[in-house]
Amino acid sequence: MSQQEAAKQYQGTNRRRALLLGVFAVLSCIGFLLSIVKGSVEIPLEEICQAVMGGNGGIHEQILMNIRLPRTIVAALVGINLSLSGAILQAIMKNPLADPHIIGISSGAGLAGIFVMLLLPEQGWLVTPVAFVGAMAAALCIYVLAWKNGIRPIRIILAGVAVSAFLGAGISALMIFYSDRVHSALMWMVGGLSARSWPHVAIIYPYTIAGFLLALLGARHLNILQLGDEMAKGLGLRVELTRLLMTAVAALLAASAVSVAGLLGFVGLIVPHAARLMIGSDYRFLLPASALLGMAVVIFSDTFARTAFAPTELPVGIIMAVLGAPFFLFLLRREL
Amino acid sequence: MLLETRDLTVTIGGKTILKDLSIRFAEGKRTAIIGPNGAGKSTLLRALAALNPHYQGEILLDGEDIRKMGRKKLSQRLAILPQSVQAPPDTTVERLVDYGRFPYRSWFRGSNAREDREAVEWALSVTHLEDFRHRQVVSLSGGERQRAWIAMALAQQPEVLLLDEPTTYLDIAHQLEVMQIVRQLYEKYGMTVIMVLHDINHALQYADEIAIVKDHGIFSQGSPKEIITVDTLAKVFGVKADIFINSEGAAILSPISIVQKG
Repeated sequence: MSQQEAAKQYQGTNRRRALLLGVFAVLSCIGFLLSIVKGSVEIPLEEICQAVMGGNGGIHEQILMNIRLPRTIVAALVGINLSLSGAILQAIMKNPLADPHIIGISSGAGLAGIFVMLLLPEQGWLVTPVAFVGAMAAALCIYVLAWKNGIRPIRIILAGVAVSAFLGAGISALMIFYSDRVHSALMWMVGGLSARSWPHVAIIYPYTIAGFLLALLGARHLNILQLGDEMAKGLGLRVELTRLLMTAVAALLAASAVSVAGLLGFVGLIVPHAARLMIGSDYRFLLPASALLGMAVVIFSDTFARTAFAPTELPVGIIMAVLGAPFFLFLLRREL
Repeated sequence: MLLETRDLTVTIGGKTILKDLSIRFAEGKRTAIIGPNGAGKSTLLRALAALNPHYQGEILLDGEDIRKMGRKKLSQRLAILPQSVQAPPDTTVERLVDYGRFPYRSWFRGSNAREDREAVEWALSVTHLEDFRHRQVVSLSGGERQRAWIAMALAQQPEVLLLDEPTTYLDIAHQLEVMQIVRQLYEKYGMTVIMVLHDINHALQYADEIAIVKDHGIFSQGSPKEIITVDTLAKVFGVKADIFINSEGAAILSPISIVQKG
């Protein structure tokens, strides 16, 4: 490549990044509209406008305001949280397989959530807060277990595998003991958004806002972390502290998402990879790109899950896995 | 800028690597650290840059304990280029060099200040990389890539530059190129350069002072001619070697055979 070509390519880069962010944003908006229009009842766009302007309380408006809109917002926030969490963890662990599962979020939330569902089935409202506590406890446990004169990513990953296996045994045992009530637990394991409404929005949105801002504040630090621990320390980055704080941000983002939507897989793994392929590895751009793309992906998947096999509604987790796994293999063939 | 250690002891995993090591590095000169494999050369260099916080004794920069300096403050005065470095594949030279400004930035200070741009430009020009700024680091040849990483360290505008085997894996021309940049740094900018070199001939050619690390401490330190003698080579490396003087007046050694260390 000649110098001029390189320069031209470079000048294109920033414009391309801005353009891509725009495309992802537009995609999210289209998904959002589609999601509130489509469903067992189709709501025309004019009625949506009317409802927003202060509507007449009709049945469509009820559906829109109490079912579609909150569910779509939950989908958006879950997508943002999981993608951001995955993007942060990939920088911290310097491992392409790093995602919210690796720090125990899924297994912790899984065991805690299923425990409530199976043993205290009347206390459904407890699932979300208990799952959140379980997720954070598992993440903390893994971090402590991996600590030995500081944190090395490989130790977190291995501790994560061990703890997840241990908690997984608990999940399996519970499901066998209470096999008569296992249906709700199964839905939770796959991850789904059915019947999610305003209370769930209220739970997750503070984490989304705080997590997004903290992640952006940490973007420069994540960039430096990618140069390797030694170089990062040499540049004056407090590597251990950065890793601890950013892991905490990632854990909060993922725990809030998982406690609301169940163990939604693949978003936190695939979306950051896809965003990185398109927009590059500069975290100042990669983080917003992951957030926007994650939002779009989950909204579209959930809309598809609701409408494709109507009246049967699939859990969105199945769609994500079906789409995500082949895409991941595609990335694998291309990148590694 | 005077860098020195006092009774430095470093233990890693229960194994003593350096013991009661005291050394003063010549100010505004190039010092080469040499020694047998596993003698602790890199450990010493890493300790000097405060990469390993677990040590006993003192490391002083102009009389000030580096442990008591803020991490970023230290990085503004002292830069290190470790042996193993990595960057995401899409990182351009300019971005990489710009990362060298990290110690000067904070959440309150933007990333595009004039001093930052000037420092990056200066680092690019010293390493002759102006025309490569938009190239991806991974697409560069070994020598160019090494220069890019050196440029990043220079963007820190350090008074002391630590290099860990900067010429390893480079061919002769690129070795010379890197060493000429280093020479310029100390001649023109008065930078103190401390580098671990495993090739004694490089040390003879490119250093003003040589420090030999052996048995957890400093075996000897001084000008290349004083330090590198047939006797020393036999004692430290267990090698019988001839020493010649080349057309530039620099000493060159040629190993002959292994002898019993004594």
